[in-house]
Amino acid sequence: MGKFSKKKAGELPPVSTASLPDIVFMLLFFFMVATVMRDTSLMIENRLPSADQVEKLEKDRSMFIYAGKPSAQYKNFGTEARLQINDKYASIENVQSAVQEARAGLRPELQDRLVVALKVDKNTNAGLISDVKQKLREINALKIMYITNVRKTE
Amino acid sequence: MAKRSAPEVNAGSMADIAFLLLIFFLVTTTVEKDKGILRSLPQIEPPSDDPVIIKQKNLFTVLLNKNDQLLVEEEQMEVKDLRQAAIDFLDNGGSTDASGNNCDYCQGARNPSSSDHPDKAIITLQHDRETSYGKYIEVQNELVAAYNVLRNREAKRLYNTTFTKMMADKDDVYYQGDVDKLKERIDVIKDLFPLKLSEAEPKSN
Repeated sequence: MGKFSKKKAGELPPVSTASLPDIVFMLLFFFMVATVMRDTSLMIENRLPSADQVEKLEKDRSMFIYAGKPSAQYKNFGTEARLQINDKYASIENVQSAVQEARAGLRPELQDRLVVALKVDKNTNAGLISDVKQKLREINALKIMYITNVRKTE
Repeated sequence: MAKRSAPEVNAGSMADIAFLLLIFFLVTTTVEKDKGILRSLPQIEPPSDDPVIIKQKNLFTVLLNKNDQLLVEEEQMEVKDLRQAAIDFLDNGGSTDASGNNCDYCQGARNPSSSDHPDKAIITLQHDRETSYGKYIEVQNELVAAYNVLRNREAKRLYNTTFTKMMADKDDVYYQGDVDKLKERIDVIKDLFPLKLSEAEPKSN
């Protein structure tokens, strides 16, 4: 009898799925580590200028101010360059309160070392930025960093 | 039994392979960090203060108009020449500093009509409201570069390293040497070429 129930030649053994969870976890961990959490979605065009004399931004004591023309899906806001703080458009009057708020949220020992990081599109008028800088001077937030792309020279 | 089916593949080591890959990626992935030009804004001075009188020869005036053209010391200039012009100005050492010391480390032309001493030399940058931000950053970059070139030169002469490397070591938690000594040296270099880059209010035509 046994010789009739012989398996056909060429039939493959079932593939073990025991390691699938491992693979999935590996992918999960990889993406967890490699992904930078982006807490703000940009509502403006943001092509940064390039520079080579750059220093690293220390994330634990920084806040971001974005500026640039409204991006394509926000055309109804016009074509004039605007400021963006956190998730929404801001006017020049909002800068001070936003910076104060960011400063209050820092660890106490870092509060007087707040760095305001400016991520500004390269086609923006520099006048807008000097208005921002003037506002920052008024509330004594004197450390700023112009965020740039790193250009490799020399 | 005439022919046995193939034995099942042992999956026990799959987890090890997965963890090996995971650790490999953990080690090799670098998270992109923001970088940029760090600057300090000047404090707001009380308006009653008498304005400090600065000799014209100690001022290096950089103007940027609304068409992104550069005017340096009354002459039109390309951005690529700005770095060298700023270095020549800062490194001139034509006379003495406030306490009467000569600039013995300056290697410039010692032209009496240019800056007296790096300690007194001030670069002023004025831009128009309509200047593009990209151009403005380019100019800032060149001026900061001029200071860095001179500071690197002095670091090379005094400590046989570069200023850029010293700054990198200061932030490096694994730095082997004496951190206090390093900070002291950085301050020495900074004092030799203090960054005096002032920004005037923009013109609003």
